[in-house]
Amino acid sequence: MSKFQRTPVKLVPVPSPNIIPERDVNKTPILEVAHLGIDFGGLTAVDDFNMAIGRTEIAGLIGPNGAGKTTVFNLLTKVYHPSRGTIMLDGRDTAGLNTIQVNKLGIARTFQNIRLFKDLTVSENVLIGLHNEMDYHLPGAVFRLPGYWKAEKIARNRALELLSIFDMQDLADSKAGSLPYGAQRRLEIVRALGTNPSLLLLDEPAAGMNPSETTELMENIQKIRDTFQIAIMLIEHDMSLVMGICEGICVLNYGKVIAKGSPEDIQSNPQVIEAYLGKKKEGN
Amino acid sequence: MKKNSTIIPMPFRYLINIVLFATFLFVMNSLITSGAISKYYAGVISFIGINIILAVSLNVATGYLGQLPLGHAGFMAVGAYTSALIMKAAAGAGIAFPFALIAAGLVAALFGLLIGMPALRLKGDYLAILTLGFGEIIRVILLNIDNVLGFKFTNGAAGLQKIPKTTTFLITFIFVGITCFVIHTMMKSRHGRAILSIRENEIAAESCGINTTYYKTLGFVVSAFFAGIAGGLYAGNIGILNPSAFGFMKSIEILVMVVLGGMGSMFGSVFSATVLTALPEMLRSFASYRMVAYSLVLVIVMIFKPSGLMGTYDFSLNGLLDKLILKIKGNSDSGGGKALSGKKEGNANE
Repeated sequence: MSKFQRTPVKLVPVPSPNIIPERDVNKTPILEVAHLGIDFGGLTAVDDFNMAIGRTEIAGLIGPNGAGKTTVFNLLTKVYHPSRGTIMLDGRDTAGLNTIQVNKLGIARTFQNIRLFKDLTVSENVLIGLHNEMDYHLPGAVFRLPGYWKAEKIARNRALELLSIFDMQDLADSKAGSLPYGAQRRLEIVRALGTNPSLLLLDEPAAGMNPSETTELMENIQKIRDTFQIAIMLIEHDMSLVMGICEGICVLNYGKVIAKGSPEDIQSNPQVIEAYLGKKKEGN
Repeated sequence: MKKNSTIIPMPFRYLINIVLFATFLFVMNSLITSGAISKYYAGVISFIGINIILAVSLNVATGYLGQLPLGHAGFMAVGAYTSALIMKAAAGAGIAFPFALIAAGLVAALFGLLIGMPALRLKGDYLAILTLGFGEIIRVILLNIDNVLGFKFTNGAAGLQKIPKTTTFLITFIFVGITCFVIHTMMKSRHGRAILSIRENEIAAESCGINTTYYKTLGFVVSAFFAGIAGGLYAGNIGILNPSAFGFMKSIEILVMVVLGGMGSMFGSVFSATVLTALPEMLRSFASYRMVAYSLVLVIVMIFKPSGLMGTYDFSLNGLLDKLILKIKGNSDSGGGKALSGKKEGNANE
């Protein structure tokens, strides 16, 4: 319970007026990455990756296929341990930590290929995300002590509250695997939010969505940022989404950063155009 | 789930199961003590109870945790020898038996911890091979340790004899009830959900901040603990322990019960442990054909229902009552009518 008291419930009850986040994009970064790199054998997948993300910033990470975008996510969440460089989360070095510890520090993520707990219900999926928000012990669970009931009740209400962000509270009892594709992607985001992150990593959240779903997702991503006051970093191939909501964009190609800046800068950057469309042949 | 749970208030949900289970214990016990059920059948029923504990405990590691350990008989053997040695030392004082069983469980759990920590770094087939090896090591140690120690401890291939036969119907099924209750309540908590999440997707579980190493080990240790208790009951039931009873085939036998019942379904484990223990006994008059029939049942179930008889479905008496009440709406007097089905399964659903 103490954990519940320590971390105030940040979610504003639905329906709520959107809160305007304080734009401290560059003042206090939540994430600072310096000279990050990883080698797989002789292959350098990511090299000299530098990035800072503001506390309430929506940042985009784009690049052609195989550029190393997901590898960067895997490095940030310690699925891979970096060969070089430092990752500072909220001023704390994450060197030597594992995926679980990094998650407890405040990085939550979704996956490119959806990784839901398919045979469990939607609410159970979110409750697993809320695992560390409950703190009753095993004997408390086995003998159903008061702490169990209290924590479970708070967590269940919290799960429904989180699901209501995407209007999914009515689906709470259906199996996660039976949801339509778009809803599965949304559920992954809800589950990640359950872990109470300060930085949310979304790996291709709009993949497989139709244009209207994508528009809805864009609104929802902004809504999440506004209500939770967290930073969001996303990998996406849908340029309308990236250009529409990202405040800062980083372009990767062959594991190296080729451009950084606002959406307008990126759109007119010749190196980015070259990476995506190729170079104009001489004398053509 | 939220909607249903409010129909019967929470304390009553436990009460219904406890009362039904106690009635079941009382009725069966008086039938056995009065001699209405013959000694032979009473023995079979005790074996059913022991196999239920074994299947339900293995279900934690296979069905819920999603691993494939093949050394469950090893934990059973550890528990059986622990309990037998304690009971021999206690000179058959029946009062010591529950404590001997708990001790058997704890020693088995310790072995579960020792083997689980290195084993659970492996996945799938590799874990299966490693636990298979562990089961064999236990058996070989029990067989040969006397020569190493230089005094009589497990009595080698001759086996431990004259173990006080303290296992009764009552104590067996009280422990069946405890096993099912503890595993059920554990699985319906954050700890149980963490164990399930490992089965579903380990990478996603880690990214949700779940300490997968801890919960894998926990699942394994809980599984071993109850296997140890079942071993203790087995020792007190049969009176003679021999290492050959805990070979690879015993592990497979338990695994078959779990798979046939449906991995991840406690009710399935209870059901198939009952059927698969009773079936060979019932087919005893066919003598040489009985193993053929047994195997045939397995083949047919696996062809037509590969997920096991129950799949992941779990019977809940209260859930059934909830549905009935919803149907009748108002008159909840129908509880008595369902006592029949609750009698056997009551223990699985506290």
